[in-house]
Amino acid sequence: MSDLIRGIGVGTGSAAGPVARMAPVPTLPAPRAVADPAAEAAAVRAALGAVVTGLHERAARVSGTGSEVLAAQAMMAADPVLADRAAALAEQGTDGAHALATAFDGFRAALVAAGGYFAERAADLDDLRDRAVAYLLGLPLPGPPDPGHPYVLVADDLAPADTALLDPERVLALVTVRGGPTSHTAILAKALGLPAVVGCTAAAELEDGRQVLVHGADGVIEPDPSPEAVERAAERDRRCRELLARFQGPGRTADGHPVSLLVNLGAPHELAGAAAADAEGVGLFRTEFLFLDRTEAPGRAEQAAAYRQVFSAFAGRRVVVRTLDAGADKPLPFATSADEENPALGVRGLRTAARDPQLLESQLAAIAEAARDSTAQVWVMAPMVSVPREAAAFASRVRAHGLPVAGAMIEVPAAALRTDRLAEVCDFFSIGTNDLAQYTFAADRTLGSLAELLDPWQPALLALVATAAASAAEHGRPIGVCGEAAADPALALVLVGLGITSLSAAPASLPEVRAALATHTLTECRELAELALLADDADDARRKVRSSTAGR
Amino acid sequence: MHSIQVTVGSESGLHARPASLFVQAAARQPAKVTIGRPGQAPVDARSLLSVLALAAGSGETLELTASGDRAQDSLKALAALLASDLDAAA
Repeated sequence: MSDLIRGIGVGTGSAAGPVARMAPVPTLPAPRAVADPAAEAAAVRAALGAVVTGLHERAARVSGTGSEVLAAQAMMAADPVLADRAAALAEQGTDGAHALATAFDGFRAALVAAGGYFAERAADLDDLRDRAVAYLLGLPLPGPPDPGHPYVLVADDLAPADTALLDPERVLALVTVRGGPTSHTAILAKALGLPAVVGCTAAAELEDGRQVLVHGADGVIEPDPSPEAVERAAERDRRCRELLARFQGPGRTADGHPVSLLVNLGAPHELAGAAAADAEGVGLFRTEFLFLDRTEAPGRAEQAAAYRQVFSAFAGRRVVVRTLDAGADKPLPFATSADEENPALGVRGLRTAARDPQLLESQLAAIAEAARDSTAQVWVMAPMVSVPREAAAFASRVRAHGLPVAGAMIEVPAAALRTDRLAEVCDFFSIGTNDLAQYTFAADRTLGSLAELLDPWQPALLALVATAAASAAEHGRPIGVCGEAAADPALALVLVGLGITSLSAAPASLPEVRAALATHTLTECRELAELALLADDADDARRKVRSSTAGR
Repeated sequence: MHSIQVTVGSESGLHARPASLFVQAAARQPAKVTIGRPGQAPVDARSLLSVLALAAGSGETLELTASGDRAQDSLKALAALLASDLDAAA
């Protein structure tokens, strides 16, 4: 038994197994003179061939989207022109590693210049280049390890590209040195139902093959655990699963106070899983997927068809549709401007509608058309509302299309502070905690190094939630949370205590949230909210609330 | 040497799935086929990266050129593929 390692716990349950580390990206050695150009060219072709074979082997082992992603990458690595260029460079005397890098980078530049979808493939090329160079230099391959048995993945941080390559059958738990509770790793752990510990500096010292026990809920890693400790953790998981199985249906506190439990939905391939989840509907339907990777906006008919699919999957249930949230990290050539110094503070969300009213107009027409053909209760809300005037203009346009329920996202502190005035023109609210944290703490949400400021347990963030929720309650308006905060069972209790009336999260996190609510009264939730608001900082709030709910 | 001009039929242009389906088909042809914008330097149709780098949008006209074994047949097959909406093909 060694010293415990602490980080931020995300995901669910616990898992024990051997560590497998994500190998770092190989750095290019200094150029060297080539003695045998023909052999160097052969080595370059062999390295590319090995990359292709490795990707095909992995594609065969995983299924669905992951397999398609890998097969597409294999096709890029198998590109005959790429191999010819790299081999030609080697034959002219460039060493293999530099020949590969130069050949890949030539295509990379062309794709970046093409922009949009093509530019996004640049990251794929970088990954393929790194793999080919690692093969050539005889280094461990960057990316997820493949020890041939189940393992606990330890990485510096995980990028979206890494996660498509993870084999959920083999990964027992995720541990990252960097990243915070809203990092990509955290989101992935929740989606896969894996235990995870993020922002865990000491994990950098864990070596390959070492046995660890990862407690996702507590953010604790136990190196060299005793068999008894592993058994105790497994027993606790079993109890937890039994508890989860006991509670089903609509969200309720122990004393029967209703809290709607909803799912977030952002891509067509999530629809089947979302519709099958035990949820009262969709709390956040992100419509961006229809608009991404395109040079012009999709037409009304195409949009209506996509909305109809969602509404019919949720017949009789609530679907909260968020209108196009373009800008910041989701630039669109037809909606946002490319020359902003600070896109997160620029023309984004509802602000794009002021510049191009037709975009919102045709989206509302499509939503209304799809809603007329369905029994879903369709609510429509605008992203990035700052002042009551914007909300009033939006709500009147929504109603003009015959859609009866119009709401506003609360992501800007100004909107949280004036929810009382917004409530005069809106039917409901939804708080996006990730963006609200970003704007409250002046901290870019894409920077892992600022994880502490973006922590949804920050008392200042919770104080803004409390303000908005109190105003909404005064006007009898529902107010939900649809950020990652809603997926943390302990934080969910705090949010309900602050007056939040619905929680929307990934389907995998709802059972735990439901069980947490069912075992606490509204009064207890209010006491926990008070604890969190009075805490010194995010860690303190998390610790105090979790320790007073432990063993429930 | 045979050439034919074709309009890209895929809704999203020649990327992702449409590009990879086209490149796979080109690799199966006995003839050597190139693709490009008329009047510009063409690229090898078997090279996914070169085809992606064309960044051809929906409705754009591209020129296919083939030489060698059964060049005419190869052109016909690939032109038909390029003109259809490969996004819709599930």
